[in-house]
Amino acid sequence: MYHKEKSIQMKSSASALYNNLSVLRIAPRSLTYFTVVHANMVNMVSASWDGLNYSHRQLQSKEANVATSSSLIMQAAWCVLPSRDILVLTSQKGIQMYESDGSIMVYWHALDTPETQTAQAVFARGIAAVREKYICVGISSGSMLVFDVPIKGSNITLSEVLEEHKESITDLASECSGSLECIADMVSADDSGNLCVWKSGEDFQLLNKIPGFDMSCSSVKLWKGTVVAGYGTGQIRLYEAVTGIVHAEVNAHARWIYSLDIAPFSGLLLSAAEDSLVRVWHLTMTPETNSVEVTSQTIPGRNLTTPRTHRQTLTASLPLSPSRSCTCITSV
Amino acid sequence: MSSRTLPLLFINLGGEMLYILDQRLRAQNIPADKAKKADWIEDDRRRVMNDIITTMFNKKFLEELFKPQELYSKKALRTVFDRLAHASIMRLNQASMDKLYDLMTMAFKYQVLLCPRAKDILLVSFNHMDAIKDFVKDTPSVLSQVDETYRQLIEMYTPLSSGEFQLIRQTLLIFFQDMHIRVSIFLKDKVQNSNGRFVLPISGPVPHGTHIPGLIRMFSCNGEEVKRLQFRNGGNYTGVLREGSFEMFGERVIKLGTNMYSVSRPVETHMSGTSKNSAQKKSVNTAPNPLAKEELNMLARLMGGMEVQKPGNADSGFRVNLFATDEEEEEALISRPDEFSYDVIKIQATKNQQANAELVKIMGDFTEEAGEPCSSSANSKGDDLLAMMDGL
Repeated sequence: MYHKEKSIQMKSSASALYNNLSVLRIAPRSLTYFTVVHANMVNMVSASWDGLNYSHRQLQSKEANVATSSSLIMQAAWCVLPSRDILVLTSQKGIQMYESDGSIMVYWHALDTPETQTAQAVFARGIAAVREKYICVGISSGSMLVFDVPIKGSNITLSEVLEEHKESITDLASECSGSLECIADMVSADDSGNLCVWKSGEDFQLLNKIPGFDMSCSSVKLWKGTVVAGYGTGQIRLYEAVTGIVHAEVNAHARWIYSLDIAPFSGLLLSAAEDSLVRVWHLTMTPETNSVEVTSQTIPGRNLTTPRTHRQTLTASLPLSPSRSCTCITSV
Repeated sequence: MSSRTLPLLFINLGGEMLYILDQRLRAQNIPADKAKKADWIEDDRRRVMNDIITTMFNKKFLEELFKPQELYSKKALRTVFDRLAHASIMRLNQASMDKLYDLMTMAFKYQVLLCPRAKDILLVSFNHMDAIKDFVKDTPSVLSQVDETYRQLIEMYTPLSSGEFQLIRQTLLIFFQDMHIRVSIFLKDKVQNSNGRFVLPISGPVPHGTHIPGLIRMFSCNGEEVKRLQFRNGGNYTGVLREGSFEMFGERVIKLGTNMYSVSRPVETHMSGTSKNSAQKKSVNTAPNPLAKEELNMLARLMGGMEVQKPGNADSGFRVNLFATDEEEEEALISRPDEFSYDVIKIQATKNQQANAELVKIMGDFTEEAGEPCSSSANSKGDDLLAMMDGL
């Protein structure tokens, strides 16, 4: 179960964006990195596990050219690949990739922005590392870019563009259980709630399309072949990725879900929503009956319903962590 | 982010401004000896409201407003409202204008945050529009402008999806990020904490389309429900209310965006205590803005369409004070913390066609001159432009 650790103060507040907290644990150095997006900037803090050392850094969004409008960052997330960790920033102008400590930018991909402003917004959102060498990023048009990442160096190339979604991509997730048996490698979600399930490779293959119900799916996870999706209605749904069979429906929150996270070894699921609450669930898979059971959990000693006067918006996602600690960030 | 945010921002802020001005105009008592200078009668109040609303809904102005565009900076938006507030014979001192703007922005921030669904921002906008319509119900010419704006809002926003509304909402929240001015009405009603943050309730009706949290349903492969579990949601939620009307007329159901001020509930803002402990100042404001020039272009186009009364002499205008006394107003100006000061761009854009053309030409010259991007020099170019515009 989760227990509360020491709070960390970020340099500035968190912006109201989906999946706005990313965490990278670096065991060999006993450090954890956290990033939170604030408007056109990413606040990064590196915290030592003994709780004694904190070091802050800020990354700016790159603007294609200064004369045009500013570039807000939509999301920042670490992509963990076998040989390296890459920090990816997605903004209104494009996609920036950095070495894991944020010190060097190794790649920049500019989005096609039209000359004159269109009614349809342009931005990149949704980031996932897939298998050994791919980083996938979603675009507001519904396309997804697949980047091929070498073991080291900056020779990152755009390998493929997946055109399956018609609405803006909201979130991407890759299979996080660590199991190599799972057929599905990645799931993508969009603003109409449609989910696409993919198998990675030189050419990504669409395995299944799970239709939405006209409500945005803002956060999605893929665990042991199960898609866990959080919607704007506050509902969480679990599907079998490859077939689209609904395993479970949870009326989880009274407001829009902003992020989900799964601790892959324990099956603990966290959901955070605009109702200011963080909820903990436990997922149990029963392969024989091909079913998933969901139960609600309470963190011992912590009352999830904080006193009325202190409640503030939670817009940050909660990190998956083998040591089972979670961090919440309040904002706005 | 969303390029459809500006009309909603402008109309809602404008609506809040009108509520506040209406309340102050009703409440302000002129001492007998000053009566000859400024005759506060019903007609004057209506005239001020009419003039401002006429300017707000000017056809050319709205055309510019509804074009797809990114949000202006806070500075630029404040300039627009400064102009708007002075669109009538009413005058506001700096301190009162600052307070007015604080109240407007915090009220709308509150409304955006508390909207049950992102789409309900449109209902909030309609609440403001309904009230504006009521202010000008006896003036057919303005009324038709207001009606036209309803149509434009309906046309632009009703087809949008939930995700697109949420993007608009996120754009607005990022615009209002780190604004934590305490408003006494909100503090009294306990919807705002003493640290300036708004309280999110865990009670009340759930939004349209959402179920009351508490139920987990599990299914077999055939789609049959095999198990149900209940959990305690920790709140006190009730069932959804009926949906508000998204048409020109109709009950909006949502109360956000309706007039919360009355003569008996005066509004004050508290400035002290909010700045000292704040480790989270928004740095974007103070950084040199390399976009100043582009923004000025947009502003000039926007305000070129604003028909503004000439300031005239001091006798013809009358001053509205948002504070209880003149002394309080003066005190507020002196004691306002630096980080809360709004730098206002002084632009003397006029309706005069020739002057307008001049303006556009000058802008054009500056745009061509723009060399390599350098933030500090862009700022000084912006200053030169301002100086030229002031001279027009």
